[in-house]
Amino acid sequence: MAEVFALKAIDHDNVATVFTNDVKAGMIANVADKKGHHFEIQLLSDVPYGHKIALCDIKKGEEIIKYGEAIGAASKDIAAGDYVHIHNMDSQRGRGDLEGGTV
Amino acid sequence: MGYTFNGYRRPDGQVGIRNYVGIIPSVTCASDVASAICRQVQGCVTFPHHQGCCQMPPDLERVTDTLISLGKSPNLGAVLIVSLGCEGTDVERLYKEVSATGKHVEIIRIQELGGVSNAIQKGTDIARNMAIEISGLQREETDISEVVMSIKCGASDTTSGIASNCVIGYVADKLVDLGATVIFGETTEFIGGEHLLARRAVGGENGPVGQKIYQIVNEMEGRAKAIGCDMRKGQPTPGNIAGGLSSIEEKSLGAIMKSGSRPIQGVLEYPQHAAGCKGLWIKDTPGREPEILTGMAATGAQFMIFSTGRGAPQGFPCMPVIKICGNPNTYERMKNDMDLNAGVIIEGKNSINEVGEAAFAKMLRVLNGEMTRNEAIQYFTSIDIHCLGPVI
Repeated sequence: MAEVFALKAIDHDNVATVFTNDVKAGMIANVADKKGHHFEIQLLSDVPYGHKIALCDIKKGEEIIKYGEAIGAASKDIAAGDYVHIHNMDSQRGRGDLEGGTV
Repeated sequence: MGYTFNGYRRPDGQVGIRNYVGIIPSVTCASDVASAICRQVQGCVTFPHHQGCCQMPPDLERVTDTLISLGKSPNLGAVLIVSLGCEGTDVERLYKEVSATGKHVEIIRIQELGGVSNAIQKGTDIARNMAIEISGLQREETDISEVVMSIKCGASDTTSGIASNCVIGYVADKLVDLGATVIFGETTEFIGGEHLLARRAVGGENGPVGQKIYQIVNEMEGRAKAIGCDMRKGQPTPGNIAGGLSSIEEKSLGAIMKSGSRPIQGVLEYPQHAAGCKGLWIKDTPGREPEILTGMAATGAQFMIFSTGRGAPQGFPCMPVIKICGNPNTYERMKNDMDLNAGVIIEGKNSINEVGEAAFAKMLRVLNGEMTRNEAIQYFTSIDIHCLGPVI
């Protein structure tokens, strides 16, 4: 039986958000979408409440998709079941560090 | 079904849901006198801010315009302007344009009166008379279409975009359908979702409103990028990141849920009052509380509905702020500061529509006079005017 509840916002999202407290590596997440479909995935790392997991393998440079939209890009290869956050994905917007400032 | 509320009809036709004397400092240097008067007289609110002098002319105009719009708030029955006497704000225009609403407006000048204690004495006498004068005003039955609601999310986490912002979106859609006015802002938090908003603009993505949405986002992002570093920690904040939001794009896509689904009628500049605007509008504001709360009170919004995940407690002096918490853990810890628990959506206990109806019911009670959590404890000092240029 799945111990962890995770929500996928839109069909082609490649991440889901975990809404269970004290989630540890090795636990099974029950990923639900808004249409009531479910599938299970084993977690490769601890995940804090409200944080994201990868639903499939995501290569470095590929987009992270949530709400059906790009929320950033993978900064390293991410495996299905991995914890996804600022350690392995980058924002693509507001990046004055990449474009150089004028002030 | 028709809805009504009981509000204070003002001479210019706006309808207030509170009936305060507003003590408005024209410049930061007058804030202490304004606060002293406010403490002394019942039924007053004041707006201690940090602007109005040694700024570039466009910002001085922006400060004057914002204070004018604030003075026009329907929740203020009378206004006392407190001036130092040498500021950059156009105090005469402030006095004249707020007076044009028909409400009782007076002005005192600290330097002219011979200093702080004289100004406090004179201001206290004026404010006391104003408080007595407006205190007998009766509420009148008013159609729901006279509502002007402002919306915001703050101290967000990943529950905001899935629960509490969706509840606000439900209320926003319902109010727009009833002929009311809804204003949302936080232009920084359109970054990554601006195309979704532009497609909802009246006239489409390529029309003037759609293009204006792209323009304000480019300007806001441009100001951040001009500093030459990564925007993260500024936006999203460390608290947002601790709450699971990994990027501004993710934060934005959750944030714009609170705008609901109706067409966007236009974009208001930061100092603008929303007189005559019906339906869903954008106001070009940053996301930080002091500046957006002030900017939204200056639209003429009677109240704000404010979503949080990490737990943001603040309100605003003349604009009740209804707090909706999307995170069930935070709600349990901070329920004294929260008006409504949308964490039940995450827990699967209630639907967005059910919590949306509870939020609408709370709104109706607040319109009729019921206090919000932050209003009851006067958690009020998140006040400032958003300026664009340097302090010089």
